[in-house]
Amino acid sequence: MIEFTINGEAHSVEGDGTLPLLWYLRDVATLTGTKYGCGAGLCGACTVHLDGEAVRSCVTSVAAAEGKAVTTIEGLAENADHPVQQAWAKHQVPQCGYCQPGQIMQAAALLAKNPSPDTDAIDEAMAGNICRCGTYPRIKAALLDLAEPAS
Amino acid sequence: MTDYFDLSRRRFLRTTAVAGAAVFAVPLLGRRAVPGAIASEAAAADSEARLFVALQPDGTVEITCHRSEMGQHARTAVAQIVADELEADWDRITIAQALGDKRYGDQNTDGSRSIRFNLERLRLVGATVRRMLRDAAAERWGVEPGSCRAEQHRVYHDASGRSLDYGELVEAVAGREPPTDVTPKDRKDWRYIGKGKAIVDMQDIVSGRATFAADVRLPGTLVAMIARPPVVLADVASVDDSAAREVPGVVDVIRMPSLTENPVDFNPLGGVAVLAEHTWAAQLGRDKLDISWTDSPNASYDSASFRGRLETACRESGDVHRSKGDVEAALAEAGDERRHSAEYYVPHLAQAPMEPPSATARFEDGVMEVWAATQNPQADQSLIAGLLDLPPEKVKVHVTLLGGAFGRKSKPDFSAEAAWLAYKSGRPVRVQWQREDDIRHGFFHTVSAQRLEAALDDGGRLTALRHRSTFPTINATFEAGAEVPGFETDLGLSDAPLAIPHIQAETGRAPAQVRTGWMRSVANIYHVFALQSFLAEMAHKAGRDHRDFLLEAIGPDRVIDFEAEGSKFDNYGADFDEYPFDTGRLKHVLRRATDMAGWGRELPARSGLGLAVHRSFLTYVATVVEVAVAEDGSLRIPGTWVAVDAGTVVNRDSVRNQMEGASVFSLSYALHSAITVKDGAVEQGNFDDYPVARMPEAPASISVEVVDSDAPPAGVGEPGTPPFAPALCNAIFAATGKRIRELPIGEQLRA
Repeated sequence: MIEFTINGEAHSVEGDGTLPLLWYLRDVATLTGTKYGCGAGLCGACTVHLDGEAVRSCVTSVAAAEGKAVTTIEGLAENADHPVQQAWAKHQVPQCGYCQPGQIMQAAALLAKNPSPDTDAIDEAMAGNICRCGTYPRIKAALLDLAEPAS
Repeated sequence: MTDYFDLSRRRFLRTTAVAGAAVFAVPLLGRRAVPGAIASEAAAADSEARLFVALQPDGTVEITCHRSEMGQHARTAVAQIVADELEADWDRITIAQALGDKRYGDQNTDGSRSIRFNLERLRLVGATVRRMLRDAAAERWGVEPGSCRAEQHRVYHDASGRSLDYGELVEAVAGREPPTDVTPKDRKDWRYIGKGKAIVDMQDIVSGRATFAADVRLPGTLVAMIARPPVVLADVASVDDSAAREVPGVVDVIRMPSLTENPVDFNPLGGVAVLAEHTWAAQLGRDKLDISWTDSPNASYDSASFRGRLETACRESGDVHRSKGDVEAALAEAGDERRHSAEYYVPHLAQAPMEPPSATARFEDGVMEVWAATQNPQADQSLIAGLLDLPPEKVKVHVTLLGGAFGRKSKPDFSAEAAWLAYKSGRPVRVQWQREDDIRHGFFHTVSAQRLEAALDDGGRLTALRHRSTFPTINATFEAGAEVPGFETDLGLSDAPLAIPHIQAETGRAPAQVRTGWMRSVANIYHVFALQSFLAEMAHKAGRDHRDFLLEAIGPDRVIDFEAEGSKFDNYGADFDEYPFDTGRLKHVLRRATDMAGWGRELPARSGLGLAVHRSFLTYVATVVEVAVAEDGSLRIPGTWVAVDAGTVVNRDSVRNQMEGASVFSLSYALHSAITVKDGAVEQGNFDDYPVARMPEAPASISVEVVDSDAPPAGVGEPGTPPFAPALCNAIFAATGKRIRELPIGEQLRA
């Protein structure tokens, strides 16, 4: 039995521990905000937090989540009003929106670690998240907007 | 739930539907039939076009969007137009998504046509409903309608100080005859149109609640993954599915309908499907299928050797699409000093939207219901009806949000796969394409070779140009063996806006051996890359500034008469009177983009500015790229400047967003992306071997100027794409002296 929490709720999985967390989230927990994009950790659409760390849920097994706290886009903020979500709205970041839950989770993890990232830090942290619509300049602008002035 | 139905044609309607809403079925008249390959089907369907507005008892205005949302913000734009003319409070509207239904007219969301086809019609819809609300209020008050006005969800009678909310007029307005003499607002009174309105789906997207195709959840749904033939037109020779069936969660294994003959059309490719309780089991099961495939006539296709064939065709004369003057003589006369030629190559590409194709289907009581990420639900409907021999009205296609599309999702093979499996299994089925399926089994952007040859006069002015292009045509997807291009020649080949005495455009012939289809801006991708790069080569040959040379070659401000220019250019199906090719507008965006970029300014060593300009989908776009190339050949893009004249625009910020996004889309195929084929099978499979642009490679900033214009609305989704790649390559030349004639750039700068 593998036990972990998703957005604060207890979950347990019996059976195949190699099941990717992505498919547990989407097909079992019906939390469809986490997206499938590549299945190989190449695009970042499936990014969630595992004990606060951004991970690719498509290449993270449920066994690897044992005893940990999983946070998905649905659980990032109670009213979907996390500063990153608000900045995304302010800067009109999304086009199709498909990759944005992953982008937002990646960005939130970055800011939790580094509240004042500069352009290089943003590039480095966000390089694993593909947006085929090409919203990169707006993502970057939103993150620079959120970055606290370095003290 | 509001139920829509109409009682007679070309009438506003009312219904006493369960919810008690007033429902308007508004005829959408007034668009001329559009000839031409891109829009031929649409034109036929459009005579009965109409759109529905429903006024709910609480006053909420429900607007039905009949165009697919794939990131271009069509749902927001449709709402802006209708709500503006209706004088609806933006906070009291909701957007419904239309099913595929020919009564809506053309729903094929491609060709950058949603606003062009619908701005005037939707304005009339909104204005007509506003007028009916005003008249209903006047009647209730017993006053002259002309003494009343509608503003922000209320009708006012200023003389008596009375007013009524739209919600209080639902019953009164229902059943009224529609006025036929409605005039929409003066454009200076527009409240939402032309502004940068926040998109209607924002909160759903950032919260993860937005429903894309693979997010549809119906009780009892099985998930299917399909092993498709590695080579188009191959079939299953034999299959051993015993190991697949042993995978826990696998429920069934079903043969797909075979596809062994051209034309491939939008048909599913065939193969074997594994149906399971969840996606992972379907994938594991699919991977355990042991299939041997039959031979295919496409198995000899090798894209590397095919390149030679394309290049050879470009060195011989071909089918002529434009001919003016005597190019042959002018080139011969120019001599080596004043003549230059170059060859260009662009590989196959895959659209690779972030959401791989997916659709869910359920067959119940003789009705096939499909939820799909489709650009053209009516195409899904007719394909599925044909495949399963069902009447089209028994096929209902719901359109979810599309997680990107770029042309891939105008081909509904994946919806037909889901319908087939739901029909055969008796269960709801969701077909999920793996990324590898998407990269290997797509409708690919075609591969092309081009040869350009031009001459200068003694003053360094361009006098003659011959542009030859050879590529397998998209026509082959619909017509077996087709080798002569159709509409592709109108996309950047026969429409070169040059005021020169001798010009010729030709194409060679080549067979299609993979499925070929549209990708964002289609043939403009390769034609504009080659032409705009080559014109920079000619400017260099002449020893002149690229901008000055280009402005001169485009010539005086004028409306181009393509017939007099010996060209068959069809202007994207649009009337030349309504959408003239205006060189003044073209030169204006060129000047604006170069001015914004500080054209001519001093730059550090190994840095450069490059430009390109093009009119596509009736919109004028100029792009300037600044590049810095390191000694090791790696490059950075500190800035990009885009000036766009799309005529009247509905959502200014979405136009900017599309120009930014199109630039990055173009950057992907400029830098990295290539589909290659060996023994008939695609060699790439995921974002490791089919790389696309990532944030660190993207321009650090993209400045977009949207030109103010009262001209009719033109395209926005695609026209930002073509100029970026040649502008980048021209910048690389300015920075390094290295001319890029083949995409992707890949390792070419590392040598």
